[in-house]
Amino acid sequence: MSDGITQQRFQHRDRSYTVYGNMATEFHNLQELRRSASLATKVFIQRDYTEGTTCQFQTKFPAELDSRIERQLFEDTVKTLNNYYTEAEKIGGQSYLEGCLACATAYIIFLCMETRYEKVLKKISRYIQEQNEKMYAPRGLLITDPIERGMRVIEISIFEDRGSSGSSSSSSSTSSSSGR
Amino acid sequence: MSAIMVSKKVLRKWEKLPGKNTFCCDGRVMMARQKGVFYLTLFLIVGTCALFFAFECPYLAVHLSPAIPVFAIVLFFFVMATLLRTSFSDPGVLPRALPDEATFSGPRGEAANGNVPAGQRPPPRIRNVQINNQIVKLKYCYTCKIFRPPRASHCGICDNCVERFDHHCPWVGNCVGKRNYRYFYLFTLSLSLLTIYIFTFDIVHVVLRSVDSGFVNTLKDTPGTVLEVVVCFFTLWSVVGLTGFHTYLVSLNQTTNEDIKGSWSGKNRVQNPYSHRNIMKNCCEVLCGPMHPSALDRRGELIELALAPVPIPASKNNKENPQTTKTTAPLIPNEHTPDDVKSSIAPETEGDVEEKLSPLENKPPPSEPPTPPPADPAETTAVLEEAF
Repeated sequence: MSDGITQQRFQHRDRSYTVYGNMATEFHNLQELRRSASLATKVFIQRDYTEGTTCQFQTKFPAELDSRIERQLFEDTVKTLNNYYTEAEKIGGQSYLEGCLACATAYIIFLCMETRYEKVLKKISRYIQEQNEKMYAPRGLLITDPIERGMRVIEISIFEDRGSSGSSSSSSSTSSSSGR
Repeated sequence: MSAIMVSKKVLRKWEKLPGKNTFCCDGRVMMARQKGVFYLTLFLIVGTCALFFAFECPYLAVHLSPAIPVFAIVLFFFVMATLLRTSFSDPGVLPRALPDEATFSGPRGEAANGNVPAGQRPPPRIRNVQINNQIVKLKYCYTCKIFRPPRASHCGICDNCVERFDHHCPWVGNCVGKRNYRYFYLFTLSLSLLTIYIFTFDIVHVVLRSVDSGFVNTLKDTPGTVLEVVVCFFTLWSVVGLTGFHTYLVSLNQTTNEDIKGSWSGKNRVQNPYSHRNIMKNCCEVLCGPMHPSALDRRGELIELALAPVPIPASKNNKENPQTTKTTAPLIPNEHTPDDVKSSIAPETEGDVEEKLSPLENKPPPSEPPTPPPADPAETTAVLEEAF
């Protein structure tokens, strides 16, 4: 019947990623469509609120990743992310200066200047991309930047490889949003 | 005979956001739906200041000091800037959970993950966390399908969960939450100052003029003054009171929502776990803290492509697209219509066929129902199925 193949291309915060899907099966393009990997499941790392409303994630190792990645590597990733967020939300001299300067200009300055938080978010995005390329994609995992989930969770997609999985050459991180 | 039809639709993400917000300027501006009271606020502020500049300032600049209108202008711009910032920015809306996240971390998912301590079963829609040695209950939001972070609340008017929800203010036409609370506070503070300023100089002006020409003649010469005094008098009581109240909240690091609900009122020795117990620290955190970014990517692009074989009928309708969904555009271009229109496609669709192969960025009304993204592939493919 109809072989309608639907593509959806998302662009979010300077990165674009492509999700291909059709009615029968779904494959998610990680490395230029040369091999297909199917999404097995997703794990969501929740927020850790023990220190208040600052953005921190739980470092508890989820059971689903047990066979996929070493515990230490995972914890290092989450701890580094937590440190980045702490740096972004630090209340100290620099944030006061930024706040007062912005107030003095009636916040018009933010039309041309980037806030400190946004700068750190860019660093986080680069870090996640690098982690995906070096460590997670070879193990069939993919981390989604928490900002794309409203800073509520770190979404880790677990893929089943079909065939050999090489290191990813594409710089995209894909989040699958369609159900099966 | 058939051909392959490529249709491409470029949308911005704001067009597909759930919730009852209005977006303007292609997603740069985000407000609540009911804006009538906001327009009234604008009218009162701009109108009163215009009268002040027209009637009082010429006289006072000459007889007292030219600094008076200058300072009034500065104050006026600050009030407008903070008002517009409060009204137009994202208050800290939490995006809704996608289906997989909702299943994983939803109330049933929690029990399955073993996060519930053995022997105890809290009601599934509540999760307990410990913050600074205080047990705080996180409630599950059935609309947004998330466990609300601490201090977040769901605004019924905007139909969104907002972080550090303070209140929904009709005067600014938006919710007040984590991201725009400081602008709101500075707006009320500067508006109080502006009101006091105008009121004071109205009185001064009337007195000075009455000395020269008598009270009744003064009022006849400057009728605007009467209007200003009336507006300022009523505004003073409400806005100054509000500023005082919010100063109290800021010093305690509380929100209006928490204050109304009595969350930290001290009974059962429950105390505010977010307060630093130091007024200066609390003020600095609320007013000079980091500027959190928006979790909603309003202006991100969403490109939908659909490839489908299309039969070319004998008639001249060979440019249509079976992907066209709605045939009526929303009445108000930037209003977000509820997603209650399921696409029903007839192969011959005339009239509102979207411009296919060129970006739509500057075109006001999207004529596609804002269905949530996860459903799109299924929907478009289902539609293709229908077309044959």
